[in-house]
Order: sequence, then structure tokens, then C-alpha cells
Amino acid sequence: MSEAVTALNGAASDGYVRVEDAGLCGMISLRGDLSDAKVKKACKDVSGQGMPAVRGIAGGLDGGIGWMSPDEALILLPYAEAPAATARMEIALKTVHALVVEVSDARAVFTLRGEAVREVLAKVTPADIATLPVGELRRTRVAQVAGAVWLSDETTAHLICFRSVADYMFELLSRSAMPGSEVR
Amino acid sequence: MSTRLANGGRLVNRDRAVSFSFNGKQMRGFEGDTLASALLAGDQMLVGRSFKYHRPRGIVASGAEEPNGLVNLGSGDMFEPNARVTTTEVFDGLQAGSQNHWPSLEFDVGAVNAKLSRFLPAGFYYKMFIHPRPLWKHVYEPFIRQSAGLGKAPKDRDGERYEHFYAHVDLLIIGGGIAGLVAAKAAIGSGLRVLVVEQTAAWGGRAPVDGAEIDGMPADQWVAQTVAELDAAENIEMRTRLMGAGVYDHGYVLGYERIGDHQPGASLPKHRLWRIRAGHVLTATGAIERPLSFAGNDVPGVMLASAVRDYAVNFGVSAGDRTVVVTNNDDAYRTALVMKEAGLDVPAIIDARDGGAGALGAEAEAAGIRVLKGKGIAKVKGGKRVTGVATCAMAGEGTPQEEIACDVVAMSGGWSPVVHLWSHCGGKLLWDEHHAFFRPDPERAPTGAAGEAFVSVAGSANGAMALANVVVDAAAQGVAAVKAAGGKAAKVAVKAEAEDMAAMAPVWMMPQGAKYELRTKMWLDYQNDVKVSDVQLAAQEGFESVEHTKRYTTLGMATDQGKLSNINGLAILSDALNQPIPQTGTTTFRPPYTPISMGAIAGEARDTIFQPLRKTPMHEWHDAHGAHWEPVGHWRRAYCFQQPGESVEDAVQREVKNTREKLGLLDASTLGKLIVKGPDAGKFLDMLYTNMMSTLKVGRCRYGLMCSENGFLMDDGVVARLSEDTFLCHTTSGGADHIHAHMEEWLQTEWWDWKVWVVNATEQYAQVAVVGPKARKVLQKLGGLDVSRDALPFMGWAEGEIAGIPARAFRISFSGELSYEIAVPANYGQAFWDKLIEAGEEFGVMPYGTEALHIMRAEKGFIMIGDETDGTVIPQDLELNWAISKKKEDFIGKRGQERVHMTDPDRWKLVGLKTVDGSVLPDGAYAVSEGSNANGQRNVIGRVTSTYHSPTLDRGIAMGLVKHGPDRMGERLEFPKVDGTSVHAEICDPVFFDREGEKQDV
Repeated sequence: MSEAVTALNGAASDGYVRVEDAGLCGMISLRGDLSDAKVKKACKDVSGQGMPAVRGIAGGLDGGIGWMSPDEALILLPYAEAPAATARMEIALKTVHALVVEVSDARAVFTLRGEAVREVLAKVTPADIATLPVGELRRTRVAQVAGAVWLSDETTAHLICFRSVADYMFELLSRSAMPGSEVR
Repeated sequence: MSTRLANGGRLVNRDRAVSFSFNGKQMRGFEGDTLASALLAGDQMLVGRSFKYHRPRGIVASGAEEPNGLVNLGSGDMFEPNARVTTTEVFDGLQAGSQNHWPSLEFDVGAVNAKLSRFLPAGFYYKMFIHPRPLWKHVYEPFIRQSAGLGKAPKDRDGERYEHFYAHVDLLIIGGGIAGLVAAKAAIGSGLRVLVVEQTAAWGGRAPVDGAEIDGMPADQWVAQTVAELDAAENIEMRTRLMGAGVYDHGYVLGYERIGDHQPGASLPKHRLWRIRAGHVLTATGAIERPLSFAGNDVPGVMLASAVRDYAVNFGVSAGDRTVVVTNNDDAYRTALVMKEAGLDVPAIIDARDGGAGALGAEAEAAGIRVLKGKGIAKVKGGKRVTGVATCAMAGEGTPQEEIACDVVAMSGGWSPVVHLWSHCGGKLLWDEHHAFFRPDPERAPTGAAGEAFVSVAGSANGAMALANVVVDAAAQGVAAVKAAGGKAAKVAVKAEAEDMAAMAPVWMMPQGAKYELRTKMWLDYQNDVKVSDVQLAAQEGFESVEHTKRYTTLGMATDQGKLSNINGLAILSDALNQPIPQTGTTTFRPPYTPISMGAIAGEARDTIFQPLRKTPMHEWHDAHGAHWEPVGHWRRAYCFQQPGESVEDAVQREVKNTREKLGLLDASTLGKLIVKGPDAGKFLDMLYTNMMSTLKVGRCRYGLMCSENGFLMDDGVVARLSEDTFLCHTTSGGADHIHAHMEEWLQTEWWDWKVWVVNATEQYAQVAVVGPKARKVLQKLGGLDVSRDALPFMGWAEGEIAGIPARAFRISFSGELSYEIAVPANYGQAFWDKLIEAGEEFGVMPYGTEALHIMRAEKGFIMIGDETDGTVIPQDLELNWAISKKKEDFIGKRGQERVHMTDPDRWKLVGLKTVDGSVLPDGAYAVSEGSNANGQRNVIGRVTSTYHSPTLDRGIAMGLVKHGPDRMGERLEFPKVDGTSVHAEICDPVFFDREGEKQDV
């Protein structure tokens, strides 16, 4: 079988914050009642994580759940596992009104590293990134496109956007992290 | 002459000289100089010409209010027009050029306008150029554009970079003068996030220039200590060169930071636009000194008294050797004292008040300065530079009494609080009779969502003029602002001694009873050449509203936005209208406070990231294989793939032929793919589509139409039933997001109790249309999924692997050929495409673009959303009644389509059009009938919606909407062309090719 390739194929840039293509990531969109026990269990079975609270994210790219809206969760897991996990969830939720769709290929995922990750993000998103707690998933506007952002620690940020705008996002973040444009 | 003094200059570093050029002349300044101070140091007082009369213009002010000193900076891709000399920091290698002069600044032909000024009164353009009409476009406008105008438009792409920055603070303090700093002290340890911004490079504002003492120490020392204290506070961020540009609803404030302006080549962003959300905004923006209106007040060398003082104290520059001060208040006396102390001559202080000044008056007289009380200036002598003034009695008509030689006139008509930021978002003003200025009315503040005041004002901006009042007001306002922002305010105790000051006297015209000829020489707006006589004429001609007068006379419409002229102008207007000033009111203060660069507004959005460009997984391959791009929403799709030496037209024709005869590949990844699931999904889709979707069998596809509530055709596409409760809805490329939102809206607002979920999975898949007689062969060669006629019949879909890649194949055709649309995970899109190209070689595979797609669908008579529809077309117009269910009780648009106008038999309907001569009809052409309508226009009976040259039929084919069209088969219509000739076309069936659909169902 052919190799799956991300939109950016591993691109990275080193500014005062490093911007990298996070590579292939497995993602499953779930629409349903997030408080339903079966939904929670189905999500936990494939991600190893419990359902996060409002705006929360539990775990990370290797296994995690992000709260996307009152009736939508994003499950994160290794790329290769996503198709089978989607099928398992569909079976587990057969009797529940829920929609499970694999979206691994619909997105581009970025990792930002550096002391100033918050500052670089603050150039492109109107969200209050300075106070964004580690472990909160913020769906927001990133310059002219939609995106979701979270910090896994004080110097590492993760950003998800649609695959079609991966080039735009990479250029946008790289330019914002250009040396000389430090705000503080 | 103006020159550098031997000593002084608190803001310049005399150890670091910089060289720059002005109009090609090499000049020198020091680090810390503004361009204005460096020009004055080199005796360059003349900096430009006025807009209308091309009068010589000198530097008037020392800050953001400067109306005259506007220059072109730099060259090539670093060129910037309309830079203000007083706010431009000088740097090594700076190139500046004056504006609005021809052929040179010293000798300007346009200055003849000034001699004609009698013929160029207020409203001149309106009166003169109204008749005859055609002359405006061809004669007047080009002439006026040549003679009037400021900076040149840049010709090159901007070589600088810019960015935005979003900041969220609880309290934003705008202005880093004494008031701003005092107020900020209240926020120390408050737990609030606080941002203090100052537009210049230095903290402290005017107080250090005025020799003030605060808390028993010189102002400079107090400022340094306070800034250090605030800097040390963890919750407070202090930033200079950051101007508060505008205040908007909900505590939104724009800040304009100048980063690279004074350090070009340091590879810094030039400007940064701060987009601030503030819980509360405190403006401490100070005050601006007003000019006085006396004859000749525009001659270079007439300056604001405060500016003369600023240049001496801040930059160690004397504006001239002999300074006459003319004033209506005590503050200007400081200028006389500063100049005297610098060893310069101050022949007189002309004070319009009979009583003169308080303590400062005594000080001036003790310093040996002659003070003339109850006097004014009758006239300023000099052309390109002041040579002297003639004094007169303030109370009289302006009969000259005495001539005093001087080269600078330092004028002060009092001070106006900078209320701009307060006013931007609706803060109202009070007229302060005592000080003769407008100040913020605390009872009528700009209000936030809860009705609370979200802007407050401190210090001079609030009308507290003397320093002793400034510190008291600022402390109180600071504490209140911290509380308003939800913090715990620190105690603020800052002391400044009260001074013995005499009250100012409002002087709107000098002398009070000036004759007409003097009034025609009293400038209100220096940049736009508006004089006292112009405003009076406007009032005489019936312009009573200050907003109308502004536009009629152009008062305050220049790039300084009336910072100097506003109050003086409306005082003159009030006087002419014989009404009190508050009744006349002010014009509206609008953001930005001073002009900000277009680059800062655009921010990072330029070049490759001007707009997000959506790319399919095969985008790079297309680009490398001759794709001629076309925008479809934010997507780029290949219009065609040009081979070397091939024209776009030829490529399109080749692609159609190749697809019809052999094998074509289309990147259809941009098509919307919405997954709809739930027990009520069928019911939901029955409401969204005009036809019945709930009866669709699993494994089958059906074409459907979607209408708006008014019945107009909005989108179309193929729906596939994936399982009993799951559907996949394909939308048009441009419609995916809109239709997704449309579905969510109905589900969330109207049918919230229906059990349906929707996910937009558009980008999960790369989709390739494999089209043509060899389509099946190539897929069979790749192996995997059974794509035979029996296993995968027309309008069916199947899932499996093709060439080892997970795939879903839809047997649908938009071309009339044997066709499979195959969806694979996007990350495998390019690999799948590569395999098709490779395997298809023996079958003559070629990619095709959107234009070939369009031609093939038109040959088949298939409609295209956006061509056959334009928001006014219903499915019935397009003869799509077969796709409108008669069985369904309801669907979105049903009732709309039952309205009288929609059922009118006279509606234009879809037909095919065949030109008699085989040529291609012009797109959008109208078919005409006899006679003309009420507007004298030719009657029309139809229009072309799609038109192409069909390579299959080798002739022009078209579709169009024609009145009674389907009933008029075979009739000929006339379509006039723009060149005056007409094309004739015959009405025919819109299906031009393979009417029975045999080719697609093999």
C-alpha cells in the first residue's frame, strides 16, 4: 500500500518559535451526547482518556479527547489506528444516537515550540492566549481561517486546522515567529 | 534663523550624530531628534506648501497635531508619503522630500493661486465646476488633481513587513504623561493586567519641558523614578511608541506601534497593530495648544508657543533668534522665559488680556521682557519667513501701532483637551466656560454592554490644566479606573504646588474687530487653506451645521483632522451665527487619532498569505503539470492543463475530446461532502431537498436540488445513502460551508428535537473523477474493488480498496460518459492520482480542468449552480420539475415556489441555443424583441446563461433562459453584441449530446 503523506510532508521552520508539521495524526469526530455513559466509554476505549470538561482536552495526540462543543468531541490517536477505532466506536454506539467520522486526513496538525509560543499565537488569534491554561482546547480564528489550539506545557503548543490551508498556516506561523518581530 | 543651541536637549544624544537628506540637501541631526527638530537645527523652517494656494508652510507644532510638516520618506519599496516631521524620529540615512510643490519648494508656480485667493473662496469648487457638466471630467478634475494634493502614492510594492498583536487587559491607560503615570500607580499590585501606552519615545509628556516639580523633585527625575516603579510591577506593561488610535465598542481599542520606523534595515516589522480588548480604558491624552487667528498667522516662523519651548528644551534647538510671544494665557510666558534663559532675544510678550499674567508675568518682567497688555498682532511681516509683527489694540480693528522685528512668533490661544479617544465610541463633551474648551462630560461616557462607562479620562485631557490639578485628578481617576476594572486600587499620593495663574481670555480673532482684509489672512486650517473669512462666508451662505460647514469649507478635513483648527473654526462659526459655542457643537471625532499605515492594517496578510488559499491534495502535481488556475471560493482549481506551447482554449478542447474518446481525470476533491446521520436523517433530507431522499436505497445515489426558503435554487449535488440512517450529501465546491451551516441552522433553531447529526467531511477525502470510455479499464487494471456494470451499476456506490488504497467509488456522471468518482483518504490522494496516471497511460489518460467539465456538462444539458442560477431562478425555470417531489407535504422552498410570481407562465425558462452560423454566443447576451420599455431600453425576452464552443459537435452551443422558451422550439432569436452586430440563434433542446444517456450507462 502507498504511504500516507500529510499536506506539509514534515516541513518545519525555525524562528524565535519553532513551527513543525506534527505529522500523521489520527482523529475521529464524534457528535452525540457527551454525558452518555456509552459515548464516554466508546471514547475512552479508543483514546484511553475520560471525557474532558467544557473547553478541556484530556491526553494528547497519541491518545486524547478534546471538547469541541456541547455535542462534539475530537478523539486523538495514532493515525494507523483511526480506521479500526472508528469502526469499533460505530459498533459500540449502535444503539445510541451518535455520529462517528474519521477526520484524520481532513486536518493539518502543527507543533510550536519555544519560550514565546503564547506570544506568537497572540499575533494570529484573537483568543486570550496569555491566560490560556495548559490543558484547555481553544477553538478560535487563526488570522483568516478556523483553528483549534492547546498548550501541553508552557513552551509547547499544538494547533489543528483544515488540511487545505496547511500551507497558509505554516507560512502564517513561520512569518509570525520571524526573528526581529519579538513583541516582548 | 533657527539653529542648534550650544546646550540643552534632554531627548537628544549629542554624542551620536546622524546624517539625513531633505530635498537632496545633506543635513545633520542627533540621535533622539525628530525630523522637525533636526530640520530646524539646520535652519530649514520651510517644509511644504499648502493644499490650495501653495503658500509656504513652516513647522508649527512639535507633536501629532502638526499640520504642515508632511514629507515623502524614503524611495523605491521603502517609500512612504505624508510622514509627519514632528513624529518621525530621525535616523542615519533618512531621505525626506517636501510635498505639494512644483517645480521646487522655494519657487512654486502654484503659488499664483494665492494671488487669486479672492477668486477661490469657500465652496469654490462647488460653485465653479458645476457647469458645464462634461468639463468636470476632462478639464477641471485633471487640473485640480495636478495643482492640489499632498504626498505621492507609492509606486512599488511595500518592502516592509507588518503584523498584528492581540492583547487582553483589564485596564488600558493611553498616554504616558504625568496623568497617565500617576493613574497607573493606582494599579500597582491591583491584580489587574494593565497596559500603559505612550505614542512618543519618551515618558513624561510636557511636564519636564515646563520645568515642573512633582513630589519635591524635578519632573524628569520623578518620571524616571515612577516609570521604574511601574516597570517593576509585574502586572503592568509599559510601552512607548504605541499610540492609542481608536476606541470602539466593547472595550476594543486599536493601538499603533512604530517599531522599525526609526531603525530601518534592522529587519524589524515596521509597524504593529495592537488589537486590544480592555475591561476599562483610561485616556490621559493631554491637551493641544490652539493657534491664534491673526493676519499672517501662516507665515513660516509663526509657531505654537509650546512647540518653540519643546524644541529648545527637548532638542536644544532654537526656532529663531528673536521670539515674540503672543498669548491669551499665562502658559505661553514659559516660552518667553525659556528663550530668554537660552540667551536669545525676546523683544515682547503680546498679551491680549488687559490684566496680563499672574506670577509668570512678574517673572517675565523681572527677566527684562517687555510685556504689552491688551494688545494683539495686526499683521505678521514676511513671506517665506517671519521678519516682524505689527501690534495693535486688541479691542480695535487692527490699526498698526508698532512694528517689532522678530523671526519667530510663538502663539498661544489656550489649550484644548485631547478628547478624541473619549469621543470615538460615543463619549459626550461639555463646554467649559471658564477655560473656553470642550472637556469630557463624565455623566455621558461611552458605555459598555452593561451600560457602565468603559472609558474614563485623567489629567489635562479631562480639563485639569495646571499640574497641581492634573496630579489630583489623575490619582482620583486612576483609583476609580482600577475599581471599575475590578481591581483593588493602591493609594496614590502625588503632590505638585499650585501656581498663581491669571485666567485665560478666549480670543477667537485678533484683534477683536478685525477688518475683512485682515480676516482673509487669518488661517484656521493651514493644510487646507481655510481662513476666518471662509467660515464666515459659509455661515453667511446658510451653512449653519458645523458638519456642513466643515465639508463646504474643508475645515479640518486635512490629514491633521482639525487638531489645531477645530475649536477656532467653530468659535468663528458660532460668532457668525450669533449663537453660543456649545450650541454649534463640534464635528465628530473619528478614529484613527492620527493616520495609521495601510500596512499595519493589512498586517501579515500580504503576498502568499494575503488570503488563505485552499489546496487539494493534488495541488502541487497540478501546478507542476501546466495547471491554469481559477479561483473557486478560496480553492484554486485547474481550469485546464496546458501542454507546452498550447493555448488555454486549445487545451480545453483537447481535454474534452480526450475524455469523450479515451480517459480523463478530474480533481473533484473540492466538492462538499456532508455526512448526515440519525433516525430522522431521511426526514431531514426530505425537507432540505426538493425531491424524495428518504426512499433512496442503501448503496444507491440520487441527484438532488436544494432551495432557499423563498424557493430559489441554492445548491445541487448527489446524495449517497451509506447506511439505513446515514447519508453522504455532495454539495457544490463553493457551497460546502454554506450548506453545512444551512443544515446546522435548521437543526439548531427549527427542528432542534429531530435526531440528526451532521459532520462536514469535505477535506477528509481526495476525490477523483475517472471519466471516459476507458474508465472501467483503468480501474480494473489497478485492481481491487469490483467496478463491473453488474457489481457497480450506474447511480450506485461501493466501498473497498483500489490499488491497495481504501476507496469509495460512486458511479455518477456529470459528463455523460462512463464515470466513477472515487474518494480516498486525503493523505493518499496524490498516491492514488499517481497510480491512475501511471496505469492510464496505455489508455491515453489526461487530466482535465473545470472548463472541460463545464463544456461536457453543457453538452449534456446539465445545469450549473451559479451559471443557470443567480439567486432569482427556481427549479421550475430550469425544467427540473422531475426533481421536485409532488408527494411530499413540505420541503424548504415549496411555499415560495407557489407564489404568484413563481408560477407565472411568463417566467423565462431553460432552453438550448444553437447559433445559426455555428459561432459562440457571447456570455450573458440578451435576446431582444420588438419595441422598448418605459426607460427607452430595448425589450428583452431572454438571456444566455452558459455558452461554449463544443469540440464534440464542433459548433457553438449555449443554454439560456427564454420567455415561453420550451414552447418556441425552432424559433430564432436575435442577440445583439457589444460591437453593434447581432448573432442569431435557434431555440432547441438543451441536451446536445447523447440524449438517451447510453454512454454513461455501459
